[in-house]
Amino acid sequence: MFDHEFARNALEAGSAIALASGLLGYFVVLRGQVFAGDALSHVAFTGALAGAVAGVDERIGLFAATVGVGVAIGALRLGSRADDTVIGVVFAWVLGVGLFFLTRLATGAGGSGVQAAHTLFGSIYGLSAGQAHFAAVVALGVIVLILAGARPLLFASLDPEVAGARGVPVRTLGVAFLALVGVIAAEATQAVGALLLLGLLAAPAGAAARLTARPWLGLALSAGFALAAMWAGLVASYQLASVPASSAVIGAAVAIYVGAAIVATVGGGRWRRSPPIEVETGSRP
Amino acid sequence: MPTDGFTLADLAGNPHLSLNVADDVHQLLTYHFMVNALVAGTLVAVIAAILGWFMVLRRQSFAGHTMSVMAFPGATAAALLGIAGAWGYFAASTAAAAAIGATGASDGGPSARDSAVIGTVQAAGLAAGFLFLSLYNGILGGLESLLFGTFLGVSDQQVAVLAVITVLSAAATAVLARPLFFASVDPEMAAAAGVPVRRLGVVFLLLLGLAVAATSQITGILLVFTLLVAPAATAQHLTARPGLSLALTVGFALLVAWLGLGVAYFSVYPAGFFLTMFAFGLYLAARVGSFLAAVRRRRRPASRRTLPAATHA
Repeated sequence: MFDHEFARNALEAGSAIALASGLLGYFVVLRGQVFAGDALSHVAFTGALAGAVAGVDERIGLFAATVGVGVAIGALRLGSRADDTVIGVVFAWVLGVGLFFLTRLATGAGGSGVQAAHTLFGSIYGLSAGQAHFAAVVALGVIVLILAGARPLLFASLDPEVAGARGVPVRTLGVAFLALVGVIAAEATQAVGALLLLGLLAAPAGAAARLTARPWLGLALSAGFALAAMWAGLVASYQLASVPASSAVIGAAVAIYVGAAIVATVGGGRWRRSPPIEVETGSRP
Repeated sequence: MPTDGFTLADLAGNPHLSLNVADDVHQLLTYHFMVNALVAGTLVAVIAAILGWFMVLRRQSFAGHTMSVMAFPGATAAALLGIAGAWGYFAASTAAAAAIGATGASDGGPSARDSAVIGTVQAAGLAAGFLFLSLYNGILGGLESLLFGTFLGVSDQQVAVLAVITVLSAAATAVLARPLFFASVDPEMAAAAGVPVRRLGVVFLLLLGLAVAATSQITGILLVFTLLVAPAATAQHLTARPGLSLALTVGFALLVAWLGLGVAYFSVYPAGFFLTMFAFGLYLAARVGSFLAAVRRRRRPASRRTLPAATHA
C-alpha cells in the first residue's frame, strides 16, 4: 500500500489531522461546543467555495472562513447551549451563501458538482505531497499549542468560575480555543470533507468521555481513538475500492464510539469509579 | 438547477419581471410545475414552522439539524435499493430519532455527553450516505439537487403525499401540544406532574424527522434547517406569548417560502439561496429592531421604563 505516493501522503496528513482532531475534540465535547463544531463544518464548505470563486487557493478561503467564524463565536460567547438557536440561524444562512457560490461556479466553469462533492466529502487520497506536508505541519502546530495550553484550558472548561477567580483568562482561552477548532476544521475539510469532520471531532472524544472521567487519560484516549479510526479507515478504503476514505474513517470512529458505549454500559461501575464528567456547558447562572 | 443545464427561468421561457404585480403573479401561475412548487412550498413551510417552533423552544437545534441531515443517507440508500426516496427518508430519520432517544439525549439535558452522541449520530448518517452514494455510482448533478433541493420536478403525487404528511403531523402536534409545551418549558415540573418527558422527547424527534423528510425533498437536505430554525427564532425573539409566536412563525415561514420561490422564478439563482437569504433577513431585522427599541427605551425617563419582552433567541 505504501509503495504509492498518494497513500503515503494520505497517511502523513491523515495521521496529523486525526491526532489534532482527537485532542481538540476532547475539549469540544468537554465544553459542550459540538454544535459550534457542526457550524464550523458548514462554514468550511462556504469558505472553500468562496475561495474557488475568487480564484485563489481554496485553503485561503477555508482558513479565513473557519478561523474567522470560530473567533466570532468565541468572542460573542455563542458557544454555550443557550445560544444554539443563534448559531443555527447563522449557519443556515452561511450554507445559503455557499449555494450562491456553487451556482456562480456552475455558471463560470462547470463541474460544480465535482467541486461540491470534493469540498463536502473530502479527497484525502487526492492530496499532493506539498499539500500533505502543509496539512501535517499545521496540524502539528495545533497539537503543540493545545498541549501547551491544556492545563489552563481543562481548568477553564471544567470550572470556569473558579478558574476565572484564580486568574485564568477564561474568555481569551475560549476565543483562542475556537480559533484552533477553526484551523482544524479547515484542515479536516481537506481530509474527510466539510460534512464529515464533525465525526472526527465528536466520536473519538465522546468515546473517551464515556470510558473515563479522568481528563488526561481521556485526552490521550481521544487522540488515540482518532488516530486508530484514521488508519483503519485509510486501510479499509484502500482495500475496498468502492468504499470512499471519508466514509471508512468516520465509520471506524463511529464503531469505536459504539464499542465504548457498550463497554461503559456493560462494565458500568468498573470503568466509572468516579462520576462521569457532566459539565454545565459554559452557561452562566 | 444549474447542473441540469437549465434554470427555472429557462424552463419558463425567460420570464420578465414587470412593475405590474398582478401580471407577475399571473406569470408565476401559468406553469403547472410552478403551481406545484408553490403548493409544496406552502405545505412545507407550515409543517417546518410548527415543528421548528417546538425545536427552538426546546433548544434542540443541534438534534434538529442532525435529524434534517438524516435525509441524506435515507435518500441515497433508497436510490441504492431502488425503492421510492420517501421510504428511505422515513427509515433513516426514524433510526436517528431512536438512536438519539435511546441514549437519553432527546430530553435535551445539558450534559456534555449528549452533544457527543448527537454529533456521532450525525457523522454516522453522513458517512453512510456518502458510502451509499459511492456504491450507487450516482451522477454528481443528482447530488447537488439532493443537497440543495429542486422545485422543478415536484410531481402531483409528491404534492399529495406532502399534504397527507402535513395534515397528519399537524394533527399529531396539536394533540401533543399541551404536554409537549409543558415538558419543553419546565421538564422537572412536567415530570413531577406525570408527563412522560423522555418519551415525549423521542416522539417529538420522530415527528421532526417526518417533517424534515417531507421538507427536504423540496428544499434539499442542507437547507431544510433554514425553514426549521429561522422563522421560529425570529418569532420567539419578538414575543414570549406562545400562541402569537407560533402564529408568527407560520406566517414568517410562508412569507419566506413564497418570496423565495417567486424571486427564484425570475432569477438564475436557485430557490434555496433566496429562502435562506429571506429567512436570515427577517431574523436580522427582528434582532436589529428589538435592539433599537431597547436603546430608545433606555433613553426614556426611568419611571416609564418597562421590562422588555422576554426573549429566547
